[in-house]
Parts: sequence; C-alpha cells; structure tokens
Amino acid sequence: MTMRQLVTSAQNTWCPGCGNFTIQHTLKTVLAGMEQEGTRLDDVVLVSGIGCHAKIADYLNINSFYAIHGRAIPVASGIKLANRELNVICCVGDGDVYAEGLDHLIFAAKRNIDITVIVHDNRVYGLTIGQYTPTSPLGFKGKSTPMGTMEYPLNPLELMLASGATYIARGYTKKMDLLKTLIRGAIDHRGFSFIDVLQICATFLNLTDHYNTHTRELPVYDRSDALLACEKIREWDYNSDAPIALGLFYQRKAPTFDEQLQHKSLPKTERLLRTREFLATRQ
Amino acid sequence: MVQDISILVGGKAGDGINSASAVIAQLLNQLGYYTYIYFDYPSLIRGGHNFAIIRGSDTPIGVHKTTVDFVLALNQDTIANHKTRFKETTLTIFNSDVVKAEGQGISVNGVLKTENAPVIMGNSAIIGAFAKAAGIPWDIIIKVFPAYISKGTEINLRVARRAFDQVTTVYPVESIGSRRLCVITGNEAIGLGLIAGGLSAYVSYPMTPSSSLLHFLAENAQRFGITVVHPENEIAVILMALGFSYAGERVAVGTSGGGFCLMTEGVSLAGMAEIPVVLVVSQRTGPSTGLPTYTAQSDLHFILNAGQGEFPRFVVAPGDTREAYYWSAVAMDVAWRYQVPAFILADKTLSEGTFSLDPADLPELSLGEPIDWDGKTPYRRYAETGSGVSPLAFPGMNGAVVKVNSYAHDEFGITTEDSGVVTQMTRKRMRKAALLAEAMETFSTVSTDGPANAGTALVCWGSVQGACREVARELGLRLIKPVVLSPFPKLLLNRTLLGVRRLIAVEENSTGQLAALLRFHGITVDAMVHHYDGRPITPDILMDRLREVGV
Repeated sequence: MTMRQLVTSAQNTWCPGCGNFTIQHTLKTVLAGMEQEGTRLDDVVLVSGIGCHAKIADYLNINSFYAIHGRAIPVASGIKLANRELNVICCVGDGDVYAEGLDHLIFAAKRNIDITVIVHDNRVYGLTIGQYTPTSPLGFKGKSTPMGTMEYPLNPLELMLASGATYIARGYTKKMDLLKTLIRGAIDHRGFSFIDVLQICATFLNLTDHYNTHTRELPVYDRSDALLACEKIREWDYNSDAPIALGLFYQRKAPTFDEQLQHKSLPKTERLLRTREFLATRQ
Repeated sequence: MVQDISILVGGKAGDGINSASAVIAQLLNQLGYYTYIYFDYPSLIRGGHNFAIIRGSDTPIGVHKTTVDFVLALNQDTIANHKTRFKETTLTIFNSDVVKAEGQGISVNGVLKTENAPVIMGNSAIIGAFAKAAGIPWDIIIKVFPAYISKGTEINLRVARRAFDQVTTVYPVESIGSRRLCVITGNEAIGLGLIAGGLSAYVSYPMTPSSSLLHFLAENAQRFGITVVHPENEIAVILMALGFSYAGERVAVGTSGGGFCLMTEGVSLAGMAEIPVVLVVSQRTGPSTGLPTYTAQSDLHFILNAGQGEFPRFVVAPGDTREAYYWSAVAMDVAWRYQVPAFILADKTLSEGTFSLDPADLPELSLGEPIDWDGKTPYRRYAETGSGVSPLAFPGMNGAVVKVNSYAHDEFGITTEDSGVVTQMTRKRMRKAALLAEAMETFSTVSTDGPANAGTALVCWGSVQGACREVARELGLRLIKPVVLSPFPKLLLNRTLLGVRRLIAVEENSTGQLAALLRFHGITVDAMVHHYDGRPITPDILMDRLREVGV
C-alpha cells in the first residue's frame, strides 16, 4: 500500500522557529499512523480559521476547508452533520476561536459534536503583527495596547469544562510525544475534543524559557472526575507564575449531537412524492 | 351569488385567530373559491389584538381588500379598531360575553360550558356560527375540521355545532365549482419547493417572518427525510450550511434582514469558495428591529450587494405560493449547477400569507444536474473549464483531495497571491455569471398581466403583485413583474416593455429600489408609488395612489 504524500507543494511561510511547524509535523505523524492502521485519509477533513495557524490547510495534502476568521467550528459541525463517516479536525488560533468565534466553540462543546479542535495558542495575534489575544497575560504590550492590557486572560480549559466538552487537554509544542498522544486521543474520542496547544510566537511572544521551566505532566487521577479536573485546570490561570500542567485533564463518554440528529434520508424522487402528498392534505 | 367575499376574524393573541382563519379559508376552498389570508399581529405572545382577513374569489387573488363582508369578533377591538372595514351590509358575529355590537351574538362561554370544553376552543364556536350565517353546509365543516384540529376534533365539532345552531343564515356564500386548490402559506410553498429541488438540510435561527419555515421543516423533517438544525446564531447558520454543502448536502438557510446582516461574511465566502447555498430572506419593516411582524420590500439592494468583493449570485423574488414553490426548486438547482449563493427574497406578506395553489398548474421542473468529478483525473476543486464551472467532488470520495479556500486560490484550492492566477480565477467566476445569465434566458424571469397593448404599465416585484394585478385589470393597465432580479433579465424586460409609454413602479419601500435597479439598467420609470407603513398595499389604496400620479 502506498502511503499518501501528506505535504503539498505550497511554499511554507511561517517564521523560522514558529510553533506551527511542530503542530503540523505532529498532526502529519498522527495521520500517517492512522493511515498505516487502515484509516482512509480520504475520510479526514481539516478545517481552519484565519491567522498563521490556518496556513496548515494549504500545507497538508488532505481535504480542507480554509474558512474565515473565527468560523472554523460551525463549518466543521456542518461537515460532520452532513457525513458522520468523516473525521473532522479543526485547527484554530487563540484570537480566532477565543475572540472572534467564541460563541461557536462554546456551543460545539455544549452539543458534544464529534469533532476535534486543536487550538494553536501562541497568545498573540501574529498575522496582524502583534496585538493581545484573550489568552495574553495581563499587561501585555501589543500594538493595540501599548500601555499594556488591562484585562486578565481567560482560562479556556475552565471554559470548556463549564461548556460540556468531553475531552479537554493541554499540550506544548516542545513536548512532541505528549502532543502526539493528545491529538491521537482527541481524534479517537467520540464527542467534542479540545486541545489547547501552547506554542511560542517566535516574532511577537517568545515564551520558550517560561514554558520550558514551568510545564510538567499531569499526575495520575480519575479523568472522568469533573471536580478533580477543575482543580487541576485552575492551577494555572494563563497569567500567574504557577506550574503549567500538560496532558489530558478530563474525559467522559456522552451521546454526541451528530449521532442523535441523524434522520433517515430519502431518495430525491421519494421526497418529491412526499411534497405532493403534503399538498394533498391541504386540498 | 357572491363571487368575492371577505371575512375579518379578530381577537386577543392566544384566541386562535390564526387557526380559525386557516379553517375558514379551507371552508371557502371546499366551495370552489380561490382563497387568500392576510394575518396581522403585534410582536407579543398573549393579549394585544390579532386579526386575519380571509378572502375568497372566483379568480386567483394575492391580496385582501380593505372592506369586509363578515366580522367575527372575539374581542371588542375587532369592532373598535376596524371601523373603516365595515360596509352597510357587513354582518357581525360576536362573542356576546365580551363584545358589544350589532349583529348576531353568541355566548361563547355558554357554548363552552354546555359542552364542557376548554377556553381555547372558543374559536371553534365562532367558526360554527360563521358557517351557519354564511349558509355553509355542516358536512363541509365535518370534512375540514380534522385536518386542522387534530387534537380533540370531536369536542371542537360539538362546540362548533352548538354555535352553528344558534345563528341564522343571513348572507349565503354559495358553492361556485368543484375545483379544490391547496391552501398553503408562502413559507410552506418555499419549503416544499426547496425539497422538490433536492433539499436535504435546512439550517436557521428563528426570526420573524422566516421562522414558520423553520418550524414547518423541523416538524416535517422525518416525513421529508431532511436534517434541520437551529444553531447559536446566524453566523453559525451560514457557516454550518457551507459545511453541509462542502460535504455534498443540498442545504438552505432562512432568516430576515437583521439575521442576514450577520450572514454576509458567509455569503462572500460562498462566493469566493464557490460553494452552493440557498438563502431564504423574508423581509420585514426596517431599519433595525423595525416592525418585526409587518412587511416591507426594502432589502432588495442589500441582497443584491451583500458581501465584500464581486461574485455572481442568483436572486429571485416570488410573489405567491405558485412562484414560491417553483422558484425555490429552481434556486436550489441554480446554486448547485453554477456553485453560487442563490437567494429567495420573500416578505412577510408572502411568507405568512396563505394563498391557493393549484397542484395541476405547477410549472414543470426541468432541473439539471450539477457537474460531478469523473473520479479518474486528479481532482482539482477549481479546475479551469471553458464554462467557469469546475466539477464537484466531496470529502470521502476515493482519491479526491477537496480543498476549498476563502483566500484567493489556485486550481487546487491552495492560497495564492500570484497576479496571473488571481486574474484567471476572477475571470472564471465572472464566466459563471455570464453562463447563468444566459441559462436564465430560457426561463420566464418576467411575469406579465393585464392587456398587452396598454400604453401605461405598472412595474413591481414580489408580493405586491397581488394588489397590482387587480388594479391593472380594473384600470386596463399592463403589469410587468421581474421575478428574477439577479442576473437582471434585461433582454426579456426590454422586450416586455415594448409599446409602454408610461411606466409606474409600485413598491413597499420609501426610495424605489426596483426603480433604481431599472434605471441602472437603462430603463426609466416615469412615476413611483411608495407604501411603507408595514401593511401590504391594498387595491383601493393603490387605486387612490395611482390617481395621484395621474392614472
């Protein structure tokens, strides 16, 4: 069996040292692994928003929907509802999904729709050259906040737990093996999977040293215990100097939106016949 | 013999005015009449004053008249608010428990108490009383009730019968033939037409006057084998729909102007990524929240121009249920054959109004098939073809990598900033526009009525055709109505205008949006009638307004 060439000929335009390279490489490795195990990559769809992260849609040689800023998740939801056989993965940015498209993130988690959301969280807008995002630390001096932000970052994992996500994880681009495990686990999970991936922005917010010294793997505990998960999630608020836990925080089984919504579809001619039958009831 | 009859039924919100009007229209339908219902209600859930005007006629109708022959009053407002609707001969039937009036009163409470029936069945009493006053045979009521009142049909019939027996026949409405038409709302016709065009998914966020389409399709999702989703907002609606479409499902969305504001970025995405989608936009009075439950024709230019950049689009404005059914099917077909956004531009009058539809008179649907990928050649989503339309493949198909993109892109769907490719792709989209315009020349994109040789013509669009048609026939004017507004049917319209010396535009807006569109295409409008109080213009008002412009 010939394996798919997973990278397109598109010229890569990420900055040298960008965390996106790692995410792309990891995703590629996960997909190649799945293909080896017999998964048809024709059944995989990648949906991206707009921002540096989103260029991954150009670079990976798989079905893709390069959407618009903040709107990858509703597109992905529509694709999954149209065809449950598809494996739908969203690559989104932190400005993209926590600012512009936050409503969709919350509702996708609330519905527990079976898609995977990978957030390329570099905590800064890169492509618009350096403004604060919802996860930038307090006081971040960006081009739109030269005196420093006056708002605390939000903790997206806590938000996801409250919203009903059934797979909640955090990765870091310098911990590739863990990231690979988390992404594969998210794809295999039936339900809404969410991974916040800490990545550095080589140009506007390089937190490599901070992440290298502060990240550690989560200890063993019952991942289906929401209270315990919440406690772990709240250890670091995306602002303090606290240790930053990495790994799977929470996972539970629950009915998915897509499996519950399925209606028996009918051939076109049968549908036409039924419109005529309906009209007759009003005659 | 009565050949044109109008009945006003009014009460509080919650009195069941809507269902009473549907039953009465069906009674008239069983007597062989063409029917129409205008439903007027404020934006509230309980209380207020709701009314409907049901009209029956021996010719097709799409508008109510100001005056009525029967007033059925469940509250005093039905008398007090409608003084101008009374003629000398108007017969009032009223609930004597709460209404003081001349005519035939029945104690609705008395009837309900005798039959031990709940308050919500009061409308059945008023229907029964009306039927008797109009000389409608009891067996017709027995036939009609079960279709409209599925719960407690028996007790409702007993309530109706008791009221029926308390009234005398004053104004007999006779049977005028054996023709039985379908009595459906504009939104139902749009829904059925979309299904006829292959709809398999409908995505919508509630907004009057589009909501009843969402309700109709959701309630009948199993029957028609479709998926219906109500997501978090209209932004999600359009993007979710594009996801459905990308994965190969024929999808439509529905909203009104305010919701459509949120959809415009998605419309532009559909234009750039060449993703088929049908948008039903039902207009209400704006700007902003405006009059949520009243009508307008003030979003034409918004729909024609919404979304950044330039891309082809299809816009059709049906005027009654027949056009709504047919053109909704065509819109779905056009969206898929040309991979463009297709709009069905309705308004409250059409969406929530009830019109007769003759199933034997539906135009033949000659729908084409979209161009599909052959499954052999390496797949390129935006492959160059002579026509500008690229073959479709969907994710999951063997060996196809399907890449769509909101950025300027190459044939594979990969982002590009190359000036040559950008120019090439823009031309490709514009070729689709030309192809669509050419294809539309085989359709009846302009409808006409009235004497073909009249020198004066009315020009209108959408549901205003109901009033215009009656007035045109009465005054011997020609009536010209572009049904398709994009691509603009320039050839056919100019041909239709031959011999017209004076052209008068009639629109339910304050600026003359159709007139401006006509001017843009070199067609001069000599006078304009504008009507913008949220209520549909009636033939008598239109007649007065036409006199003001010298007709």
